[in-house]
Amino acid sequence: MSGVSAAAQAPESGRLDRAPVPDATVLVRGAHLLDPRAGLDGPGDVLVRDGAIAEIGAPGALEAPDGAEVIEGERLHAFPAFIDPHVHLRTPGREDEEDIETGTRSAAAGGFCAILAMPNTDPVVDSASILRSLRERARAEARIPTGFTAAVTVGQQGERLTEMAELADAGAVAFTDDGLPVQSAGLMRQALRYQQLCGGVIALHEEDPTLSAGGVMHEGEVSAVLGLHGIPSVSESTMVARDCGLARFENARIHVQHVSARETVAILEQAKAAGVQVTAEASPHHLLLTDEHVRSLDTHFKMNPPLRSEDDRQALIAGLRSGVLDCVATDHAPHSREEKEEPFELAPLGVTGLETAFAAIHTDLVLPGVIELGLLVERMTAGGAPFGIVVPTIAKDAPANLCLVDLASEWEVGESGYESRSANCAFGGRKLTGRVRMTIAAGAVAFRERSFAIEAVR
Amino acid sequence: MKRHLLSINDLSREDIERILRRAESFAEVSGREIKKVPTLRGRTIVNLFYEASTRTSSSFELAEKRLSADLISIKASGSSVEKGESLKDTVQTLSAYDPAAFVFRSPNVGAAALVARWTGASVINAGDGKHEHPTQALLDLYTLWRRTGSLAGQRIWIVGDVMHSRVARSGILAFARMGCKVTVCGPPTLIPRGIEALGCEVAYTLDRLGEADVVYALRMQHERMNGAQIPSLREYAARYQIDGRRLGAGQLLMHPGPVNRGVELSAEVIDSPQALIVDQVESGVVVRMAVLYELLAGTQGGGPEGQRHGLRAAESTEPQPA
Repeated sequence: MSGVSAAAQAPESGRLDRAPVPDATVLVRGAHLLDPRAGLDGPGDVLVRDGAIAEIGAPGALEAPDGAEVIEGERLHAFPAFIDPHVHLRTPGREDEEDIETGTRSAAAGGFCAILAMPNTDPVVDSASILRSLRERARAEARIPTGFTAAVTVGQQGERLTEMAELADAGAVAFTDDGLPVQSAGLMRQALRYQQLCGGVIALHEEDPTLSAGGVMHEGEVSAVLGLHGIPSVSESTMVARDCGLARFENARIHVQHVSARETVAILEQAKAAGVQVTAEASPHHLLLTDEHVRSLDTHFKMNPPLRSEDDRQALIAGLRSGVLDCVATDHAPHSREEKEEPFELAPLGVTGLETAFAAIHTDLVLPGVIELGLLVERMTAGGAPFGIVVPTIAKDAPANLCLVDLASEWEVGESGYESRSANCAFGGRKLTGRVRMTIAAGAVAFRERSFAIEAVR
Repeated sequence: MKRHLLSINDLSREDIERILRRAESFAEVSGREIKKVPTLRGRTIVNLFYEASTRTSSSFELAEKRLSADLISIKASGSSVEKGESLKDTVQTLSAYDPAAFVFRSPNVGAAALVARWTGASVINAGDGKHEHPTQALLDLYTLWRRTGSLAGQRIWIVGDVMHSRVARSGILAFARMGCKVTVCGPPTLIPRGIEALGCEVAYTLDRLGEADVVYALRMQHERMNGAQIPSLREYAARYQIDGRRLGAGQLLMHPGPVNRGVELSAEVIDSPQALIVDQVESGVVVRMAVLYELLAGTQGGGPEGQRHGLRAAESTEPQPA
């Protein structure tokens, strides 16, 4: 068994790629282990070896094997590492904004052990040859296991289906036209039927362009006052209602991306109660920010779907708590500085989020007591489940996916630079509490905070 | 007062009253044979217009010349903007000439505020997309004040294409700040949801137009419309056109220009003595002189003492024709 990582045997191993790295042998001693699924919540030792969690013991109980790195974890929490099913790596096409190496390093710095990359690149990931070349590159550059999604329609033009079966054979983890909706109900239905052949969840950016066209922010009081064209909540919810109906009719599986509106949460709740195979995600920025922030016309608050009202935000939090929203996903969307230094209407959509996701939600929702820490860990680790990726857990013999977090550490976003190549973060300048010190992904150390490395190495 | 004029929200009621009084004193100067004062002699103003304009650009230029400023006027067409220079680079380039102020018009919301971040000069928003056009609102206040002698308690109906109108947004804020009661009226498809937050009521018919002291008609902005917001101009005119039948004898009529004759206004009301449309254009020069004075002459000298001194010095030169 030695040398063969447990991750390599996991079901997703054929679909997620990363650069070759040696398995780490790490003993974390006396950290607060928190994994609600495993029923873990208290101090303990964890030994990582040969890609797996080799042993879990009482604090101080485990012996360090020869050559092991020992981390004194009294001030740290150890969580199962997070999974982000919604990341834009901007590769191919905009490597000036992000590439596979910087994007996965950014993810690891945020405590993530796996991500899914979106296909709205240039060119669009809509053929097996593009997908294969990306996967090859990931096997050379990716710090953490990275899955690639493929487009539903050729060129994301919404006109005809991609060769989904061949793409699935080539390792597409899911299908999505993210960034754009599949506007035609007829084509959407065909994609859902085709799923019976090729498998793969269809992840949906839900927006009716006939309602949202020209919009640059949430339609409401703030847009009326600013004179900005609005994107009404119903442009999302009516499409979610349509696609839940189609998924039910075709007995297909869909995943609704970046839910932003109260109406959408209500529709998802009904659909789930009716047995529709639908999962959904919410982003940190939609959970924490509202259209009030757009009053500043700071383009770091411009994204699609837009930041909505406080009422919508409360509905998202309730949905996250109840499980109607299955997971947190960052929709990490890097943009170059010059592109964001434009008037609000002209600036591109999207913000980065991998490095701030946990700390921002911890600061704004966990510390004030709105949600519990365990719930946050659960929702941040659940992002792979809709796509058949094993949920990280702290359990003996499970693949070693761990993040060590100092929950008391305060830091200012942007103060010491980002691992990401872009800096368009909606939380820039904010003081956050909770910092990821180390991330172990599929058995290897994927991130180690610099100052922490100096302290920790014996 | 703040260093920039980006929004009516930058102005207190006292600021506005001071500007109106100052405009009145400039109106006296404008009545003389030699209309110039030396207030801004030796100072440079950049007029940067990224969108078509006749009234605003010409009245700003005239105001600047009458204050003896040196001015540069740049339009997007024919400039390096057409070569793809970013707004930031354009502003930083022009800032190298050390202007005292930028007068900036843009088709984009918040563009003037961005310029203010990139330059040390004062920035006057001469219209930013559908957001605001504060000097228009000030000249509207001035025009009404000169005609009626008071603003507080006036009932203003702003009629027409509110959705696409920066004049309406600045106007609602400004009229409300001065104690007027504002109602906006137009087809529901041209009134954005939530506009009440600016401090106005909403009506969809002209049924209660009789309660207005002032009817402020907006221009139908065909160029900003992206489709089916109204069924036809014919139906719009039938419901919302201000004509001799709808405009009461005691009501005043305003319009920011340029007028679409036969759409939002009929020819008979445009030419009636109730119309203040030409007065508005005339007010544009003196009000913009007053705004430039407030921002530039009022802040000379830095500290409070210097500022007082600067004000006094400037005031003493003001009535002297150059």
